[in-house]
Amino acid sequence: MKKTLEPFWWSLFGAGGTLAALFIPITLFVNGIAIPLGWLGAPGYESVLQLAGHPLARGYLFLLISLSFYHWAHRFRFTLYDGLQLKHLNFLIAVICYGSATVGTIAAGYTLINL
Amino acid sequence: MRVNPQHTPYHPRWHRPSMPIFWWVRRWIHARFILRELTSIFVAGYALVYLLQLRALGMGPEAYARFLEMLRSPLAIMLHAVALGFVMYHSITWFNLAPRALALRVGGKRVPDRVIAGLNFVAWIGISAGLLWMTLKG
Repeated sequence: MKKTLEPFWWSLFGAGGTLAALFIPITLFVNGIAIPLGWLGAPGYESVLQLAGHPLARGYLFLLISLSFYHWAHRFRFTLYDGLQLKHLNFLIAVICYGSATVGTIAAGYTLINL
Repeated sequence: MRVNPQHTPYHPRWHRPSMPIFWWVRRWIHARFILRELTSIFVAGYALVYLLQLRALGMGPEAYARFLEMLRSPLAIMLHAVALGFVMYHSITWFNLAPRALALRVGGKRVPDRVIAGLNFVAWIGISAGLLWMTLKG
């Protein structure tokens, strides 16, 4: 990756890290633990659809999901460089990481538009 | 083929310290660093699960019910419990590092690190409580 792109990737990483830090733990806890275990009642299909379909909610969900992917892409890229000493595969790793985040972003956009 | 002008048959041997792949398991502080970096896998992993849930929502009530049923499996709950630990570790380390990324100045004085980190934690608790309340209400 070109050196000049680094601040751009970093800003996506930073924005994603902040959104994920603030919103993911409670979302994961409610959807993945509390509701499946019956600690909280699952809201009905129609009300969830209505809530998630609101333009503001769609925008929020898109940013949360997409930026979480880019957060991973940037961090994981450097984990591979430093943790596994793969510095020589620099370009390939960058393409795979940011590429999959971009695929995820397109999937998120498609899903949310069609909601 | 390009000729390398620096190349001579009598090339000196450079000193290249070789790093073992698992250099970071030897010391706790290094392992903690790698652990922190690995939280990103769980962040993106949950974003993907959440996206799949939204996709099921868009596909209709039956698909959504099937997805919720899948979330009730013991394996799914176990994976979510592990992921919850990692994403909370992400939040905690992220907020603790926030003062380094953002040097705030108020009235010419630098806001102390602890205040910036503290505000992040307050925002985290506030947002979590808000979303929980919305779920309970809705």
